[in-house]
Amino acid sequence: MEHIVIIGNGVSGITTARHIRKNSDKRITVISGETDHFFSRTALMYVYMGHMKFEHTKPYEDWFWKKNRIDLVRGFVQKINPDNKTLELTGGDSIGYDKLVLAVGSKPNKFGWPGQDLDAVQGLYSYQDLESMEKYSPSTKRAVIVGGGLIGVEMAEMFLSRGIDVTFLVREDRFWGGVLPKQEGELISRHIKKHHVDLRFNTELQEILADENGRARAIITKEGEEIECQFVGLTAGVSPNIDFIKNGKIETNRGILVNEFLETNVPDIYALGDCAEFHQHPTGRRNLEQVWYTGRMMGETLAQTICDNKTPYRPGMWFNSAKFFDIEYQTYGWVYSELKSNENEFYWEHENGEICLHLVFDKTSNALLGINTFGIRMRHEVCEKWITTGKDMNHIMEHLKDANFDPEFYKQYENQIVNQYNQQNGTTLKAKKRDWKRIFVKN
Amino acid sequence: MKFIKNSGLLICIAGFAFFVGSIFIGDHNVTPEKFNDWVNSKGIKSEIFIKNAEQEIVGKTFSSIQLSSTIIELAEKSTQEHQDNIQLWQNSGGQDEKINEEWSKVIWTSWSSTHKDFTYPLLQATINSPVKENQWLAFFLTFGLAIIGGLLYIIPDFILLGPAGIKNNKLFQHSATNRGWGGIVTAVFFVVFYFLLYFFPDLIINPILTTNKISLSLSGNPASQWFMYGLIYCSVMTVFAVKMYIKYRHNLYQIIRTTVVLFFQVAFAFLIPELLVRFNQPWYDFKNAWPLNYTFFFDWNINSLLNSGHLGMFMLVWGIVLTVIVVPVMVYFLGKRWYCSWVCGCGGLAETLGDPYRHLSNKSLKAWKFERYIIHLVLLFAVVMTGATLYSYFSGATSILGIDTYSIQSWYGFWIGSIFAGVIGTGFYPILGNRAWCRFGCPLAAYLGLVQRFKSRFRITTNGGQCISCGNCSTYCEMGIDVRSYAQKGQNIVRSSCVGCGVCSAVCPRGVLKLENAPEDGRIIDNPILVGKDEIKLQV
Ligand SMILES: Cc1cc2nc3c(=O)[nH]c(=O)nc-3n(C[C@H](O)[C@H](O)[C@H](O)COP(=O)(O)OP(=O)(O)OC[C@H]3O[C@@H](n4cnc5c(N)ncnc54)[C@H](O)[C@@H]3O)c2cc1C
Ligand code: SF4
Ligand code: SF4
Repeated sequence: MEHIVIIGNGVSGITTARHIRKNSDKRITVISGETDHFFSRTALMYVYMGHMKFEHTKPYEDWFWKKNRIDLVRGFVQKINPDNKTLELTGGDSIGYDKLVLAVGSKPNKFGWPGQDLDAVQGLYSYQDLESMEKYSPSTKRAVIVGGGLIGVEMAEMFLSRGIDVTFLVREDRFWGGVLPKQEGELISRHIKKHHVDLRFNTELQEILADENGRARAIITKEGEEIECQFVGLTAGVSPNIDFIKNGKIETNRGILVNEFLETNVPDIYALGDCAEFHQHPTGRRNLEQVWYTGRMMGETLAQTICDNKTPYRPGMWFNSAKFFDIEYQTYGWVYSELKSNENEFYWEHENGEICLHLVFDKTSNALLGINTFGIRMRHEVCEKWITTGKDMNHIMEHLKDANFDPEFYKQYENQIVNQYNQQNGTTLKAKKRDWKRIFVKN
Repeated sequence: MKFIKNSGLLICIAGFAFFVGSIFIGDHNVTPEKFNDWVNSKGIKSEIFIKNAEQEIVGKTFSSIQLSSTIIELAEKSTQEHQDNIQLWQNSGGQDEKINEEWSKVIWTSWSSTHKDFTYPLLQATINSPVKENQWLAFFLTFGLAIIGGLLYIIPDFILLGPAGIKNNKLFQHSATNRGWGGIVTAVFFVVFYFLLYFFPDLIINPILTTNKISLSLSGNPASQWFMYGLIYCSVMTVFAVKMYIKYRHNLYQIIRTTVVLFFQVAFAFLIPELLVRFNQPWYDFKNAWPLNYTFFFDWNINSLLNSGHLGMFMLVWGIVLTVIVVPVMVYFLGKRWYCSWVCGCGGLAETLGDPYRHLSNKSLKAWKFERYIIHLVLLFAVVMTGATLYSYFSGATSILGIDTYSIQSWYGFWIGSIFAGVIGTGFYPILGNRAWCRFGCPLAAYLGLVQRFKSRFRITTNGGQCISCGNCSTYCEMGIDVRSYAQKGQNIVRSSCVGCGVCSAVCPRGVLKLENAPEDGRIIDNPILVGKDEIKLQV
């Protein structure tokens, strides 16, 4: 029986394993150095804040793996020998494979800051990171978080839930400036400040100072300001966790290089998820996409290929979502931080400054290209249909209510939005009533 | 703010302390008149008991526990003597007539019914206590302080918890909400309360009296333990509804749902029935549907309705229409939620007082399997019991297939109606979560669930591929539904047990879940491959 070995029990590795099991009887082994069982990394913050216990982050009960004949091995792979198809684990064990799947994920970026390896200086990625945050929290009065992205804001929320003050250093002039357009960046910045985070724009870390025990006691910014703190969170992005693969036979760049079938240059070795980088993304998206959904979709695809139904990766329209304190964010298609030359935009913001809808469309055809929404939930299928079939803005405005996914009785803003659109464009569109038939029609 | 909150807690605790403390004050002075009234009203025929009781009880002063246990001791003693006599006569082949007469003198005792049926009226009639003398003051010191304190404790959260949003911080780190000592103490308190309420109301005469004035002004009758319970129920729900309003002030679904369920409790389960009594009509809760309302078809209820003229007749017909037509039709259009989390009193308490415990429900597959067996067994039992009751009612036979109808009824009333629904269902909130009864025991929920699962427009729609498997939804599902297991596969949630509380949707940080009523077509999605994967769509 063919033996499939998967390194990494994150969403990519586990999705692959589950779908291989669905489609075949192959022997499956999953190796991870992090935890015994698959858990949802995205929920680490909720464990810290007491919304959940760690066990709740596990999407499958512990008996699931045995029942589905997925063997779990706890250990770190330190070397891959493609020539005789074996893996070496720290501790000396070795495991043979017929096909190898690399789903080793990422690690937090460190940019060579002086003091970055002190105690109480860390990112938030792994279960172990969570444990060490727990360890340092009781003795932390102020934490400095470096890097204004999604994990940074999660970390800020975590500390605030324990009454720990947070100073948040952001290199750009607004929160998540590399991704969010100005309007949304400012909206979220306001919200973060409302939660009493000391948010500093255009501020970069220079160095971290140690106390006599080798623990962070303060940071110095590039401007020379010293900020006293007992914890430094490094959340300036992540990069593929591939040190043990580099300089071997497997070709790497920032990540492990793969083609559209998620094959590496070495036969029978595949890579996917956070650690995989496309030579050329099969549908022209970014070559390295480190999010939950892509890991899952790649896993579903790769399982097909491994089960002899060779399938190229076609992720379809880009989508993502996040939550910044109390404001939910969803995005469909592409809304870049700056408009491209062929793009035009429509932006509506509620007078409370916490809800907005940002549509980007093609200048000439008026076809919708991307949606950002804050504080309004939108229906994935409807947005996808609009964007993939290139519906124009008039159509979008008239059918906006179909896309609303907020809970029942929520105040709806479509009429306001369409009014503003009419005013700005001299049109006389009206938002049609929501129609189940349109929403659920299969195409 | 913190100060107000803490003072609120102290005031609330003081209210509870007065309430509990009142159990231990006052005494009973059994006058001959009161004793005779009681003997007559209870139809006590045992001259042995009466004679002994006149010696030992009448004219004396007791505490509640002393009096209650003395009466029961005497009753048991007299019963023993009567039974000895019967034995003797039977052995000597005595006359049946005499034996039968002796049997009628026997006072049957059991811990679960004697206190509430036998001793309670006498204790109630004979109490002397400061509570009895100052009923309004007593009401203020108990209910008043507890409510005011509770509100003072809760309202500062509006500021303390920060801007509106999901604030479940520390739920799993606090002993009260994570099965720690706080939770256990609360559970013990609840359980003891239910035992006293259901089985030993004769020991809580003073607490009952604290609500006497209210009862008099509503129905004109003195307060019973059930009136007190109704008032506690409504007060607790109101205070905790305020907590819901603050916690979910950003979520109109929760606010409206909480308001409606509170309204149905206060108006339909409390005020209207009490006012009906005032106008000499039967006590009737128009929203309480069979088989949750398992006594609906009991002969005493049917008779009482039949004897109450047009209104009684209407109540009888309405009760049947409610179960047979209204309930399933509404479930078809709106899902079982219209009843379970918008109307029902059990659901109402679970969604208010029980909200801080919702995450304690068991999410395992095992629990789900157990749930499916037990809840349908209870439904089956309720149907069989009602069938037997109606059979007895129409045929006049007291037993069916050799089983006495009355004992089926009392078995059900004791185990399901009291122990399961009350002691376990509510008492164990801090241990089993807030919907243990609704999930495992309620026969009406089982019935609604069948309709919801097989013929309904209701579902929880999963928003394409947006789920990040974080598990908030499953953790906060009070029914222990593993919502995530559907959401992460892009499947809609169609489950018989879902009560549509809407909290999974509220706590989802990615906006993945929406409760909605939509065409049945496409309600259940079996496709395990998610959106965004054009290539594999063919291959299911
Ligand atoms: C706090 C946080 C919040 C996030 N929130 C979101 C979100 O809201 N939405 C979103 O789309 N994405 C989010 N992400 C990103 C998302 O979690 C990742 O994209 C996803 O988990 C990547 O999955 P993966 O399976 O590729 O890798 P991982 O989940 O990183 O799994 C890799 C596993 O391999 C193990 N491993 C690595 N090397 C070895 C070795 N040599 N031997 C043995 N085991 C090894 C690692 O220990 C790890 O357990 C978040 C990430 C974090 C950290
Ligand atoms: S809460 Fe939302 S994102 Fe999290 S597992 Fe449930 S559906 Fe998925
Ligand atoms: S599935 Fe959601 S709506 Fe249904 S009972 Fe559970 S939490 Fe409530």
